[in-house]
Amino acid sequence: MNFSSMQSDRSKVSGLGSAKSGTGHFWQQRLTAIANVPLAIAFICVVLASLSKDYAGARALLGHPLVSLLLVLFVGSGVYHMRLGMQVIIEDYVHSEGTKIVALIGNSFFALLVGGAAILAILKISFAV
Amino acid sequence: MNDRSAESPLPSLAERRPLSPHLAIYKPSLTMTMSIVHRLTGAALYFGTLLLVWWVVALASGPQAFATAQWFLTSILGRLVLFGYTWALLHHMLGGLRHFVWDTGAGFDEVWRERLTLFSLIGSIALTLIIWVIAYVVR
Repeated sequence: MNFSSMQSDRSKVSGLGSAKSGTGHFWQQRLTAIANVPLAIAFICVVLASLSKDYAGARALLGHPLVSLLLVLFVGSGVYHMRLGMQVIIEDYVHSEGTKIVALIGNSFFALLVGGAAILAILKISFAV
Repeated sequence: MNDRSAESPLPSLAERRPLSPHLAIYKPSLTMTMSIVHRLTGAALYFGTLLLVWWVVALASGPQAFATAQWFLTSILGRLVLFGYTWALLHHMLGGLRHFVWDTGAGFDEVWRERLTLFSLIGSIALTLIIWVIAYVVR
């Protein structure tokens, strides 16, 4: 134990800092951001292609395996990215510890709910085609 | 919280803490404004995902649910919201690409940091208009 520092040797080696997650948040934020660029462009193309279609046509479009895959990936990467972003906003502006914890839990649940519902819907359409 | 400050003439610990310089002391710049806009568009996109969910869930549910979603999304209000959503998505995306440039250590000098930011603003507006022109043409 080094008495000139409050930090234990093990803590120094792991290098995770006081937030205990190191650069994990930053890295995952950038990783999902990179994925989001082509996926969001694909999503915009799918929406544009769906505009001229009726109900059956739109289902056939979204149910195409490649389109379903791209949309599922976009939803997954997107909701993960937005959860990380909202976490930072909450940590920046909500200073009361209790409210902050509730907001962070709510943030995770919202992202899971949005992602779960969208992915279930896409798979339901895809498996029916 | 410690409530002693209410009766003590001495300033509380929180009041004696040094404060880092805040927004008001800086000369306003485009990068500053767009930093806030990046966060605002991110938050808008966060809640905007509910529209995406509504659309795909309606499509999965049946013709009637889909007709209801389409009715709202193609109404004047729906189109305004979607137009804003398109711009928010593209502006956040271009702002993110700018951050990738900055992540490499490039583009931080006086000229380029403002130039990159201006590009992302002009680019997002231009791309939004192009996408909406395509949308009206293919429809």
